[in-house]
Amino acid sequence: MTEIDVSDSESLPTVSVTIDGSVFKARPGELIIEAAERAGVFIPRFCYHPRMDSVGFCRMCLVEVSSPRGFSLQPSCFLHVAEGQEVITNSPKARKAQEGVLELLLVNHPLDCPVCDKGGECPLQDQAMAHGPGETRFIEQKRHWPKPIDIGPLVALDRERCIQCARCTRFASEVAGEALIDFAFRGSDIEVAPFALEPFSSYFAGNTVQICPVGALTAHPYRFKSRPWDLEQAESTCEGCAVGCRTVAQSSAGALVRYLGVDVDGVNRSWLCDKGRYGFEAVHASNRLVTPLLNSGEKLEESTWHEALFAAGEAVREALKEHGPSSIAFIGGARLTNEDAFAFVKLAKSVIGTDSTDAQLGDGLPAELVLGLPRATINEATNARVVIVLNQDLREELPVLFLRLRGSVVDGSTDLIDCSSVPTSLSKYATTVRYVPGDLARVAALIAGESNIDAFGLDQGQIESAKTVLSSAGLGADGEGLVIVCGRGDLGESASVAVSAAVTLHRLFPKARFLSALRRSNVHGALDMGLAPGVLPGRVTLEEGGEALVRTWGSVPNERGSDAIGTLESGAQGKIKVLFTLGADVLADVPDRDLAARAFAKIPTVISIATHHDRTTAAASVVLPVAGEGERNGTVTNIEGRVAPTTQKIVPPGVAWPAWMVASEIARMIGSDLGFEDHSAITQEIAAVAPAYHGVNLSLANGDARRAGVVVPVGAVAIDIRSPLLDPIATPGISSVEEQGAPMRLGKTVAAVPSGDARPTTPGGLQVLVRALGAAPVVTAPKPDSYSYRLSVRRTLYDRGTLVQSSSSLAPHHAPFGLRVHPLELARLGVSDGEELMIRSPRLAHRVNVISDASLGRQVVVLGARNEDSGAFGAFDLIDARELVVDVRLESI
Amino acid sequence: MAHLSLENRERATRLISLYPKDRSALIPLCHLAQSQDGYLTQEAIQDIADLVGVTPAEVYGTATFYDMLHTEPVGRYVVAICTNIACLLNGAFELLEHAQKRLGVYVGQTTNDGMFTIEEAECLAACDTAPCVQVNHRFFGPLAGESFDALVDNLESGRLDDVVPPHGVLNRVERSVGLTSSAKREAAQ
Amino acid sequence: MITNAAPIVTRRMGYEDSYTLSRYLETGGYDGLKRALTMSREEVADQVNRASLLGRGGAGFPAGRKWSMLRAAPTSYLVVNGDESEPATFKDHLLIERDPHQIIEGALICAYAIGAAQIFIFCRGEFALGLERLQQACNEAYRIGAIGREIFGSSFSIDLVIHPGAGAYICGEETALLESLEGKRGFPRIKPPFFPAVQGLYGAPTVVNNIETMSNLPWIVLNGGDAFSSLGEGSSAGTRLFALSGRVNRPGWFELEMSKTTFRDLIFDPALGAGVPDGRSLKAFIPGGVSAPWFGPNELDLGLDQDAVGKAGSMLGSGSVVVMDESTCVVRAAWRITRFFHRESCGQCTPCREGGGWLEQILRRIEEGEGREADLDLLMDVCDNIAPGLTWPPQQTTICVLGPSIPSSIASSIRMFRDEYLAHVRERHCPMGGHR
Ligand SMILES: Cc1cc2nc3c(=O)[nH]c(=O)nc-3n(C[C@H](O)[C@H](O)[C@H](O)COP(=O)(O)O)c2cc1C
Ligand code: SF4
Ligand code: FES
Repeated sequence: MTEIDVSDSESLPTVSVTIDGSVFKARPGELIIEAAERAGVFIPRFCYHPRMDSVGFCRMCLVEVSSPRGFSLQPSCFLHVAEGQEVITNSPKARKAQEGVLELLLVNHPLDCPVCDKGGECPLQDQAMAHGPGETRFIEQKRHWPKPIDIGPLVALDRERCIQCARCTRFASEVAGEALIDFAFRGSDIEVAPFALEPFSSYFAGNTVQICPVGALTAHPYRFKSRPWDLEQAESTCEGCAVGCRTVAQSSAGALVRYLGVDVDGVNRSWLCDKGRYGFEAVHASNRLVTPLLNSGEKLEESTWHEALFAAGEAVREALKEHGPSSIAFIGGARLTNEDAFAFVKLAKSVIGTDSTDAQLGDGLPAELVLGLPRATINEATNARVVIVLNQDLREELPVLFLRLRGSVVDGSTDLIDCSSVPTSLSKYATTVRYVPGDLARVAALIAGESNIDAFGLDQGQIESAKTVLSSAGLGADGEGLVIVCGRGDLGESASVAVSAAVTLHRLFPKARFLSALRRSNVHGALDMGLAPGVLPGRVTLEEGGEALVRTWGSVPNERGSDAIGTLESGAQGKIKVLFTLGADVLADVPDRDLAARAFAKIPTVISIATHHDRTTAAASVVLPVAGEGERNGTVTNIEGRVAPTTQKIVPPGVAWPAWMVASEIARMIGSDLGFEDHSAITQEIAAVAPAYHGVNLSLANGDARRAGVVVPVGAVAIDIRSPLLDPIATPGISSVEEQGAPMRLGKTVAAVPSGDARPTTPGGLQVLVRALGAAPVVTAPKPDSYSYRLSVRRTLYDRGTLVQSSSSLAPHHAPFGLRVHPLELARLGVSDGEELMIRSPRLAHRVNVISDASLGRQVVVLGARNEDSGAFGAFDLIDARELVVDVRLESI
Repeated sequence: MAHLSLENRERATRLISLYPKDRSALIPLCHLAQSQDGYLTQEAIQDIADLVGVTPAEVYGTATFYDMLHTEPVGRYVVAICTNIACLLNGAFELLEHAQKRLGVYVGQTTNDGMFTIEEAECLAACDTAPCVQVNHRFFGPLAGESFDALVDNLESGRLDDVVPPHGVLNRVERSVGLTSSAKREAAQ
Repeated sequence: MITNAAPIVTRRMGYEDSYTLSRYLETGGYDGLKRALTMSREEVADQVNRASLLGRGGAGFPAGRKWSMLRAAPTSYLVVNGDESEPATFKDHLLIERDPHQIIEGALICAYAIGAAQIFIFCRGEFALGLERLQQACNEAYRIGAIGREIFGSSFSIDLVIHPGAGAYICGEETALLESLEGKRGFPRIKPPFFPAVQGLYGAPTVVNNIETMSNLPWIVLNGGDAFSSLGEGSSAGTRLFALSGRVNRPGWFELEMSKTTFRDLIFDPALGAGVPDGRSLKAFIPGGVSAPWFGPNELDLGLDQDAVGKAGSMLGSGSVVVMDESTCVVRAAWRITRFFHRESCGQCTPCREGGGWLEQILRRIEEGEGREADLDLLMDVCDNIAPGLTWPPQQTTICVLGPSIPSSIASSIRMFRDEYLAHVRERHCPMGGHR
């Protein structure tokens, strides 16, 4: 591997500054505190945060800085380096200033460290120990407040401990873009406060707790849970969604207790969303599966691995003998590790010989599209001239991607075009194009300047302004510098519309790059591993095969199998004999529930590999419990194709196994052997046989890519192993951060091939498939008839899905169930806000209560995906997977 | 508790139009709201927030920085007694004690009849009339025992109504023109 | 010596109706502006330069030089600082209530000279009457064509807005004032880089000048800069409006020729302060607002001169002089001033926010007879953590100079009256009977 040291290689101009006597080449525009840190001089600080604007409040970082008028004390977190500047951080004068500030910070700070969550990992405490004056000279009255108050559902504030550094308030306004908390009052009365009628209920609230330099902000899920010195930790990857934020998972007494964000420049820059931060609670939920279960005719009974595996194996052997491989199918797998997914693909496609596998549940995009479109990294998206978001509410789906994109729009580096059937959290930062579900592809074609597309029913003005953005943004030829975010933000709009939109833009902007905003944590990894019809591990088609693979695997299916919907349809026709569900609640999560139910009624054997009890396990014949987040080792792949380790911190409950082991054992039951000793053996095989994963072997995964992961194919994007912007205060208690120490702040980038964009250019089979899709005419849905409304089905971060509902801190916060309708339409229907009416789709009719929403188009009505009412009725009961769109009638009762 | 009246909403939009950026009108709007209700109601805070385009938390946070803006109800008359250096040297603390006795409440409190709130003020820039007092920001002084009692009597009897409007009413002279020159708001935007 | 220099900014104070438009016009009102409009911007600025008019807000920076430092940009602003809150200062209050047109005329002249796009007069919120008089004057000025489009038929157009403060001393600090004017909390900005002349209101170059500074401009334009600088001596040119208060027989405002008049004149001359009441003797005095270190009888013969006072270890500041007589308890005086700073600290900087409160509590303890001898060194050392070295002019560990103003009273009073402090400690109560 060639190693490039950014600080040297990038031939940036440097400014030489003298820090404590030694000359140092700093980067122009760098803050003194950062330059000093890279020079190995750590200046104490509290309010400074590397990812937020400096304010120079706390005055802890005062150092002597030379100027024409001689030396003066200056905040090193605010002053930028200048040529010839001399900085003294350790003179008696600087020391006295720093120690003076420290003493003053302590005068009103309670001495309740022993009962403070922060005790033991508190910068204030540490600094006081380090160089505060021994016993206090302060004998007066300390400031008093009532003890902690809840400022939001998850966060409590102890005002006595606050040191007014404004980190939390800056995060709220600068980073999250919602100033739900701010400083109130003046001087020593300053307190952090939300507005009385508007609590601090932000998806990102947990970050304020992580960056609070003292114990003023605490999170209910962690309060009094543990003491720092009892914590064990491992760096890992968040499995809350497909952004794959880098985290530190901390456990105490064998249980996960806290997640903290780690600063990885390419991904989350130290931030996490609260779903990711607190979602780990699901791991310890009471509905975890702890033993194998067997259906004894009428009910599920506890069983043993031996019995359960035997039953599974027999069912498979039987099906193979009587009906052939195509009678066996796999659905799910998007929450497995790459190694787990690979093992199941090997089981399905090599051992059993069926291609009918699908990591998605009819709620995603076809594998060839996801894998075949030119992929963008998150940084490419935030550095893009223009980003087009196709019908996604990213804050609800991929929260930290929302933070990153919002950031780049706010500091002016990126223009945003938000095409959506309803307003989204990015709308206010974007040029928006609204439409009725079904028209997305038309909209895409029109803003891309496609002529001979009928613009009927669309807002000309909006389309024109979107076109102007694209034409005036200075895009390179063929859309170089354009990034498109596409996914299934609206499950009421069928995949074919989303696909048509994406491939049309790809045809008109061949150089544009794509981020597929699929949501489940490792869906991109699972697809890369071949857990989809028509593809094999490493982003190759069945046809291309990959002789390396055939060599190691012996055989692969020669005919293309079916995806989840296809499988359920043949299941409903009695053609499927054995269905494996891989950590997927098929009965609840497949948008067309009616279809799923009909299929399950006909499929004789459902083998459910799962972590939690859910609708699907309840209907299964065999249930096999597997390890979940934090309970197994392996790698996962995020939306940009970044492969990063996910780490075991605790042991799985009961007798649950890592999923790959279950695949091996089932293979063994049918007289075959996957040939895996442990998960690392799988990692090695992936690196060897999966083209896109060449080079991603253990030494890379556990070496250079340990912290930041590596974007595949390796060499496409340099591996950034720059040790993160260190802020021992921003990430308290992360020993792996502290242990690196300040001196390691040397930029370092490793590329497997000499840097530069080495992405495969010659179209592989997938690229060919995508081109073919692009040739098809732009998909357009018929207008809804005048009696009907078009249903938009949108996800919310806190839904009624297994993950959220199994985590006690998040479960209470899901959005209330209801159908959002434009007030004028409600008036027309003679129903008022909050009342009930009847919603009728070809599938069924059901009572729903309505929520008036003036931000909607009058033809559009909205239901939350996986946001069931008390009777478990949800939007998915209305959807017919074969229809382009869902038109519903509303009737007053 | 009240939202801004329609009339005041119009005043508000006129005030906003005087500034290159909307948020600059935040404090004038807080004064406007106080002139309506005597203090800043939560509804007014919400109105101001969406009028100038910030969050209510930001309006609350900004307003509470300033001594003249009250987010809790106060008396019809806020009696502010300066005890800073010049007044101190001329018996301000004695006056303050007298005032508390006379009105039967301590600094920061409001009489039961909701008529008077006592505040201990910082220098009011009337040191030549020390010890000086402001009632709803109208000046009185120098004051001592009797003269203070007389002032209270006059306020209670309404004899000073045209000199001292109810708390919150600050500037009774409205601006008669909008922006006229070529230096338009866009300049800064 | 009291010179017979004619008053400049207070020349209309003899009239009951000095604040009305009619009286203003009768007494040469807006002639300065009309004259300025016949001159080039540069000529106007040049006259102000020659006048060597020192800023009257407290920092005493030459107005002409400040204007010349304005960064060239498409849009720039003039903000007139009428937040007057420095304890014992009440001259801007006078000018606002009694001669608002003079301020507006001065502001228009300045705006013309610097090519400002808009004028904001930031008036302290507590000046209810002042706000009404200023708004009245503003409306009238628009009516007679002194503000607005093509002023007095010239090609010069500008708008002026009267902006009310809301009660926070710190908003007198020019960058805090700009934050406040932007509708935010009055948090002073860090300089560098946020010098108003470079990045001021909305990031545009901005001149911030004091009310009295503005009020001098009509006279200077009409009578010429040289006429102004011929008054006073050296850098302390012209007349200046002084505010006298505390233990004097005739507290009040006096416009005096700078440097020629001494503190003794101001305090004791029968025509001015007329001395200390009840035949008591002067114990100490504050020469320029409570941010300034105290002086004792030895400094009485200093001239009212910026440089002289600076050299003697204090400042002329906002031109407000507070007299303390032998009955004054210096601990109590220092405590009250310190409490003021603590209350008014904006709260950004730890040393100011926490130090002010700590110092106040120590002083209160001493005043209440609970002090310890060690407290005197503690006071000095905490002061030193806010203003390292306790030098003059002060160094600072803080963003703005409110912080380093806290030590002024404490350090100077301890230096001058250590024994009185110690008496408080030893006798366990206030020897002056000031203990309550
Ligand atoms: C804490 C503090 C309070 C101040 N208060 C005032 C004030 O009330 N009025 C004023 O004109 N200047 C005040 N100043 C000075 C201003 O920052 C600024 O120097 C002045 O307004 C410039 O006007 P000038 O050059 O005409 O004096 C204050 C400064 C500080 C540090
Ligand atoms: S010195 Fe005091 S008033 Fe000035 S900015 Fe700092 S905290 Fe605020
Ligand atoms: S002032 Fe620099 S870290 Fe707080």
